[in-house]
Amino acid sequence: MSRTASRTTQPAEAVAPEVLARYEPVIGLEMHVQLKTASKIFCACSTRFGNAPNSNTCPVCLGLPGALPVFNKRALELAIRAALALHCTVHQRSRFARKNYFYPDLPKGYQISMYEMPLATGGWLEVESGAGRKRIGITRLHLEDDAAKNMHEGFPDSAEKTYIDYNRGGVPLIEIVSEPDLRSPEDAHAYLTALRQVLLYTGVSDCNMEEGSLRCDANVSVRPRGAQKFGTKAEVKNLNSFRYLQRALEYEIERQVKHIESGGQVTQETRLYNVAAGRTEPMRSKEFAHDYRYFPEPDLLPVHAGAALCAEIAAALPELPDARRQRYVANFGITPYAAAVLTDSRELGDYFEAVMAAAAVGSFPAKTAANWIQTELLRWLKDAGQEITESPVAPAALAELLAMVERGEVTAASGKAIFERMFATGKPAKQIAGDENRTQISDSAAVETACREVIEKNPGQAAKFRAGNEGVFKFFVGQVMRATRGQANPQAVNDILRRMLSAA
Amino acid sequence: MSPAAWTVASIRRALEAKTISARELTKEFYARISLENPRLNCYLALSPERAYARADAIDENFRRGESLPVLAGVPVAIKDVLSTRGTTTTAGSRILENYVPPYDCTVVERLETAGAIILGKTNCDEFAMGSSNENSAYGPVLNPAAPDRVPGGSSGGSAAAVAANLAVAALGTDTGGSIRQPGALCGVPAMMPTYGRVSRYGLIAFASSLDRIGPFAQTTEDVARVLQVIAGRDPMDATSAGAPVPDYLPASNQPVKGLRLGIPKEYYGEGIDPQVRKKTEAAIERFNRLGCQPVEIRMPHTAYAVPVYYLIATAEASSNLARFDGVRYGLRVNGANLSEMYRKTRGTGFGSEVKRRIMLGTYALSAGYYEAYYLKAQKVRSLIARDFAEAFKKADVVLTPTSPVPAFKLGERTADPLTMYLADIFTVPGSLAGVTAISVPCGKTAEGLPVGLQIYGPHFGESRVLQLARAFEAAGGFAG
Repeated sequence: MSRTASRTTQPAEAVAPEVLARYEPVIGLEMHVQLKTASKIFCACSTRFGNAPNSNTCPVCLGLPGALPVFNKRALELAIRAALALHCTVHQRSRFARKNYFYPDLPKGYQISMYEMPLATGGWLEVESGAGRKRIGITRLHLEDDAAKNMHEGFPDSAEKTYIDYNRGGVPLIEIVSEPDLRSPEDAHAYLTALRQVLLYTGVSDCNMEEGSLRCDANVSVRPRGAQKFGTKAEVKNLNSFRYLQRALEYEIERQVKHIESGGQVTQETRLYNVAAGRTEPMRSKEFAHDYRYFPEPDLLPVHAGAALCAEIAAALPELPDARRQRYVANFGITPYAAAVLTDSRELGDYFEAVMAAAAVGSFPAKTAANWIQTELLRWLKDAGQEITESPVAPAALAELLAMVERGEVTAASGKAIFERMFATGKPAKQIAGDENRTQISDSAAVETACREVIEKNPGQAAKFRAGNEGVFKFFVGQVMRATRGQANPQAVNDILRRMLSAA
Repeated sequence: MSPAAWTVASIRRALEAKTISARELTKEFYARISLENPRLNCYLALSPERAYARADAIDENFRRGESLPVLAGVPVAIKDVLSTRGTTTTAGSRILENYVPPYDCTVVERLETAGAIILGKTNCDEFAMGSSNENSAYGPVLNPAAPDRVPGGSSGGSAAAVAANLAVAALGTDTGGSIRQPGALCGVPAMMPTYGRVSRYGLIAFASSLDRIGPFAQTTEDVARVLQVIAGRDPMDATSAGAPVPDYLPASNQPVKGLRLGIPKEYYGEGIDPQVRKKTEAAIERFNRLGCQPVEIRMPHTAYAVPVYYLIATAEASSNLARFDGVRYGLRVNGANLSEMYRKTRGTGFGSEVKRRIMLGTYALSAGYYEAYYLKAQKVRSLIARDFAEAFKKADVVLTPTSPVPAFKLGERTADPLTMYLADIFTVPGSLAGVTAISVPCGKTAEGLPVGLQIYGPHFGESRVLQLARAFEAAGGFAG
């Protein structure tokens, strides 16, 4: 015990990069995703997060003697939606099974899951990682109920007692198991990102990792580069944020490599990521060495996912992130990078498209909208801590502003100032421009007056220009712009100044 | 049935004639219970507050001119595996000694809505595991017909309560014969409905794919009346059936002439008590006189029913009983750590028969044994179901003894669980097949011990078996 403990609780000494490079990590992820249903998977209790402990409970989710589960059809629909979005085969007939084990957060003494007949199998997801795109296989997707939550902290008697909040018990989950197709922590990160995006787009889950709506376990092994056979894997649990996932994988890969390099063998075991210590630690064998004694759940009928239901759900699937990115590049002519930013969330893409829809044809290029959303809107939203759906500037309002800039009614610089006012007040661009007299001075008489005054006030500089010093031209432009409080059309200023200075 | 026993119909007549009120009737039953129960041990808990409140509501509504509901004022007893809000529900186990459910099971809700008065909770084998009621943590029930003998089990308290006139009707549960066998041993009609016909919501599960809830009553007619109330789809039980519920009284009040009685050879072999055999043959003879046709049939997989049953039932039980872990309700015996708390709680709380079955079932589901035991048992189960399907092509019902022996003496078989299991031989095949059956009294042995005749019907064939049972009762009573 002490040897094991000392080996595993000491921070891993860094393995030389060239040693690490001789090994190839093999990673598969198991995701647990809470479905966005109003009620729990086997009873009518609310799934709302953050309610008073044990307020969302009933005999069924408390596992009281005699209570029986009744399957929530909405959970089936969302699970099918996820399965179809991940290109899985949805089986017409699947079946719930009991996974038996004792733990205080499991009031029935078993979890209702799926085992030998899962809802869906054989899908894939394309991810963007490192050199390019990669297709990651999805082994299976099945439904199950969530456990309650043991609360070990925060009570006066927490030193001796554990409290249990059953609100989460019975919340619907899907488990999504990937093939061992991931080859680096970056791959895993990219897979998690892509999966999360699909689940958000399809409205299957809110994927809120802080609230535990998306949880991740990883199967990790390493093998010498070029080897065909997989190494012995360890299961790492508790990877419940993007950051922890990547750090835990890096740690675990290095741990295994180091272990092999020092002549050891990786043991097949379950390890827990210790967030505070930043390392993975073996779970005591008693905590996971289960024979789950799966058998078909006799309290529920087999699940029927008929062709008609699947077709209906498939038809209602929204455009998925990949397709949307491709369409933006092809139809709007924006860069792949901009397309990726704008499709980050379904709502942001919807916003971009609403801006384009609100604009009269040709009133500004899509590239302009893409730029403004990226550089202005997203920056202001971020500073204000707001979501795109809360934007004080509606898509039509932004379209109006962009058209004004495009037509030269306001300068780009004024446009940005106007945008700031729009964001702060919610007023339309025209009104702000009028109120603050920011409409661009294209009227050549007014510009000519301003130019003449500046030239007359600065005879010395004018002489320099005429003597061939092109550098002072910028000085004149600056003076005119200042005199017109930035509202003069820069092109007109240029033209008029050059004409006047050359003419004299 | 003693001449003094009330029936649903006689209660209704008395209430309508105002010769008795629901309150007075309830009082009459509680008086008899307080006299008889200390000896018979049928009831584990009484719920007089609830009973009188219901009785008063019925009396009050009737006084105001409302018509009486179908089971108005009928005092009923409820097996203690059925959850009752506010009344302890122990399942005959120490582990639930102080457990008070916060909700009613569906059948109790339906009975009360129909006007029935819930008198209390009846004794049973712990978690309905047993055939003699001797596995109750709260002492055995005595057979009212012979106080030195068992009432049968596991619903022994319900059967004895009806037999001793301590309830007009009672609910029991049947997983492998637990309604029919005590019905037979106590001499009252007792019915196991088709799987899915009656909601299991609130029934503390023993084996979910086998558990049924069904009635005991003084007469077959009352069995039909109670079944009428509790049958039908329940949104709280996904395995409850949506098939329409027929009107059982008229549907079962048809002539039986010409009906074919399946007599399976496999049920009339060795091991039947000669007096039981004689009474069964006499019953078949009575049906003969009513114009029914005995047909010899084969049910070749009958011999496998007991082992198959004890694999499937124990496997499901091992999982169903996992929730009794001392965490949230029921008994908790603290330990130094979590697993010690589990071990001490379950070690103290469960009786030896329950532990034996949890061990058997855990073994049958374990990795490496699952295929050989549980999975194979499921395959044989479907062969047994096919036996019944074939039988019902050749016959309208299947007639067998309910139990191979009449009530045995208390303590006579407790040392030998295997002999006890084998006594389920005639009842477990129907449990595995999901079909319906009724046990009706068909006479008494020389010692005065009741003998039961089992009438099997196909899935949702309740009207058919009730029809035969009523004809049998009408043609000569239950005295044989």
